[in-house]
Amino acid sequence: MAIAGELTAGREMPPAERRGFDPKWIFIAVSVVIVAYLGLVPLVFLLWQSFFTPQTAAKAAQFTLDNYVQAYTSLETFRLFANSLEFAIGSAIFAFVLGTLLAWMNERTNTPFKALFFALSIVPLIIPGILFVVAWILLGSPKIGLINLFLQKWIGTDFVFVNVYSLWGMMFVDGLHYSPMAFLLMTAAFRSMDPALEESAMMSGASVLQVAWRVTLRLSWPAVFATLLILFVRALESFEVPALLGLPVGIEVFTSSIYRAIHQYPSQIGLASSYAVTLLLITSVGVYFQSRLSSQGSKYSTMTGKGFRPRTIDLGPWRWAAAGLFIAYFLLIVILPFLVLLWSSFQRFYSVPSMQALQNLTLDAYRFVFTYPTLATSVWNSLLLAFGSATIIMLVTSVICWIVVKTKIPGRWLLDNLASLPMVFPGLVLGLSIMIFYLNVDIGIYGTIWIMFLAYITRFLPYGLRYNTTSMLQIHKELEESAAMSGASWSTTFWRIILPLLKPGLLAGWIYIVIVSIRELSASILLYSPGTEVVSITIWELWENGQYVELSALGVLLILALFVLVMAAQWVARRFGMKEA
Amino acid sequence: MLKVDALYTEYPNERGQVVKAAQNVSFEVPRGKLFTLLGPSGCGKTTTLRSIAGLERPRAGEIAVDGRVVYSSQRKTFVAPNKRNFGMVFQSYAIWPHMTVFENAAFPLRVGNGRHGKQDIRDKVMRVLSTVALDHLADREATKLSGGQQQRLALARALAMEPQLLLLDEPLSNLDAKLRERMRFELKRLQRELRLTTVYVTHDQGEALALSHEIAVMNEGQIVQVGSPRDIYERPRNRFVADFVGSANFLDATVAGKGDAENGWHVRTAIGLLECTALEPLREGDTVAVSVRPEDLHMSAERQGDRNVIAGTVDAKIFLGECLEFQVKVDGTMLLARVHPSFSPPVGTRVHLRIDPEKCTAIPEEKRKAA
Repeated sequence: MAIAGELTAGREMPPAERRGFDPKWIFIAVSVVIVAYLGLVPLVFLLWQSFFTPQTAAKAAQFTLDNYVQAYTSLETFRLFANSLEFAIGSAIFAFVLGTLLAWMNERTNTPFKALFFALSIVPLIIPGILFVVAWILLGSPKIGLINLFLQKWIGTDFVFVNVYSLWGMMFVDGLHYSPMAFLLMTAAFRSMDPALEESAMMSGASVLQVAWRVTLRLSWPAVFATLLILFVRALESFEVPALLGLPVGIEVFTSSIYRAIHQYPSQIGLASSYAVTLLLITSVGVYFQSRLSSQGSKYSTMTGKGFRPRTIDLGPWRWAAAGLFIAYFLLIVILPFLVLLWSSFQRFYSVPSMQALQNLTLDAYRFVFTYPTLATSVWNSLLLAFGSATIIMLVTSVICWIVVKTKIPGRWLLDNLASLPMVFPGLVLGLSIMIFYLNVDIGIYGTIWIMFLAYITRFLPYGLRYNTTSMLQIHKELEESAAMSGASWSTTFWRIILPLLKPGLLAGWIYIVIVSIRELSASILLYSPGTEVVSITIWELWENGQYVELSALGVLLILALFVLVMAAQWVARRFGMKEA
Repeated sequence: MLKVDALYTEYPNERGQVVKAAQNVSFEVPRGKLFTLLGPSGCGKTTTLRSIAGLERPRAGEIAVDGRVVYSSQRKTFVAPNKRNFGMVFQSYAIWPHMTVFENAAFPLRVGNGRHGKQDIRDKVMRVLSTVALDHLADREATKLSGGQQQRLALARALAMEPQLLLLDEPLSNLDAKLRERMRFELKRLQRELRLTTVYVTHDQGEALALSHEIAVMNEGQIVQVGSPRDIYERPRNRFVADFVGSANFLDATVAGKGDAENGWHVRTAIGLLECTALEPLREGDTVAVSVRPEDLHMSAERQGDRNVIAGTVDAKIFLGECLEFQVKVDGTMLLARVHPSFSPPVGTRVHLRIDPEKCTAIPEEKRKAA
């Protein structure tokens, strides 16, 4: 392999004495073209579309600023903007406070049942957003919500205690669903802190709360800020909560407005694009600051490399209160949502739990689900998309990652940034841009499963890059140099040395992408057409049709399947995580 | 056999500045000899080795093995590392953790151009594994080996391909002291038995002196002296070599006149008139540095002999097990002396130091000013 040989050997510096074409550029060019095509092209078309009138049979598209004028002059937009920010900030803070408190309890105190905490980290993965929201509608809607009904019966009143169909309700459900993310990020931050810093504060006479507030939290300030930013961006991108809880009562945010603009007749793609561009700007700023913050991370780093665990703080009798808080949290985030879906899945028509309803338990819903015509197709599509995109992503990013991490080729930072670009796309915006692109550039994939395949690959490319980068950094460069010295060509080295050594990262990343692909809703919802539904779309359709019990049955099965997958992922991580060089 | 001619390499560091790693490096290694590049970290020795391997591309120069040019800036030749057929042992050993001991050693035979049959590979691999006494561990996972065993496996892998040239990049630096001493013997025995032309890179002067046929001492990208281990140690050509290889006392001196012996000179130092040897002709009035190894200062209670004997006071001493080190103060100058533990005068004692003129080297100073 002439290309390969050159790539390994010539990378230390550009060959000054050689004239002519160096074949390694083919390699780089191909990777750049792939990632640029995936990341940049839809973005450009989205911008382009936002400046044009819709193309109809009668009239060609014309340049216009109307979309932006319409978007930015109406009072509606300002309400939209205010709603989006309020919703995103509210959910981010709620998730953060909850997650940080739990992380602190878990890492620094002697709260009982700590082992259960780890089950938390996988909740957002095993309960897809749409099922979580549906479950919370069944729990917290003002009319049929079980929490309201139970409290009303118990106290003997008709006061509405909780109402998820409100801005507060939206923040609560969204914040709750993503609090495990805050828990994970803050746990990592607390773990990387030198416990001696806290112990010396303790020795100086500070109380538990003083240490937590004045030392622990202050030292993890960069992590606090980064976590808040991640949660904020994620809440802005959130689609399920605004669509299911906000739209019915007229509380709109950017994502739900984009969806509505597309789904009204005639659909206003231009308006949707201008909303999407605005949303993209906000998320880009957030992601930019967050990446700046994490690249400066070493400056704030308090890691000492000492292996000892910090002494846990004895909460005394308060530890039972802490345990109570934890159990309540666990009920709200896992037990109740799952139970309510399980209950409803055994009913013929949805009804609240009662002795009478208990006698009507039936498996009809499951029978329906298994005979539902589009179910088999959608499961097949989901699996195809999940396995296909995970495989392609992990292979493509392993090459990209090799170029970025292992070579000194100029311009490799560009490759890295291009491949990370989809990070800033909310799923809905990505779906929209891909839709617009393939509507205008007809290569015959619009309306087929291939367009969703492209969307999934684009959307999850950054995750693949992350997993591969972490593994790639751990591979000592001498491991591949010794292969070259043994006479192996670049492709042999890549196939027989690099890929096997990347295996832990490849497998973990592959499974992660499979899981997030199966849950994917917000990009698929603009791209699917009859015959290319995926499982999450089927759930969405069941919701739209009001088939709650069938939806619950499908939801229960999906949660169980994802649970098995997540367990497999964790087993793989344990099994192969240790064997790295 | 190996001929490196006028090699220049440079590379940009993290901040984008150009680091000049090797400057006009030239040397030749005869067939079957072990040649060592010795120097402090950052002197360009590893870059030079990696240029020979083909893992780095030099700026200019020529590298040829057995008349086959593997790199030449003039002829625009660059043979890829996987086509050079050189065996290399890396500092980290670079044992592939996903393969067994056998698979590691067999890799070069399975990927190279030459087609080897299954049985052929098996025979060859088992032969090299038994050479390094690892044949009984052939089926073990490579990660289960100890540090010394991994080092031997790395060597076996380099030998399995029957290389034209063996390149060793600080192969012993990751071993603990005891093991390092043992591996030194083993490496020397293997190299001498197999008569492999070898280039060895190290910063450890002890290793270099113990293993090499010839040593090139490098500093700041340049070779400052080439010679046999004895040459380098006993007749350093400049202050850097004297200082880096072993330890030395340096005395500033001016040449007072020709001595009795051939190459013998009288020099005037802060501790009096001394007789010493110089490798290059000196002139009266030249400033020189006089280098004396601590073990060449013979210390005694009574004055012994009459040439090059100076008197001083013991200022401090440390016990090192196999020897004692003394700091002896002579007219305000501190000298380091290493003596057998049987002689141990207390601090404050008046002692006499005798220096053999042969072991007392005068190094012209202008070299230092030029550098």
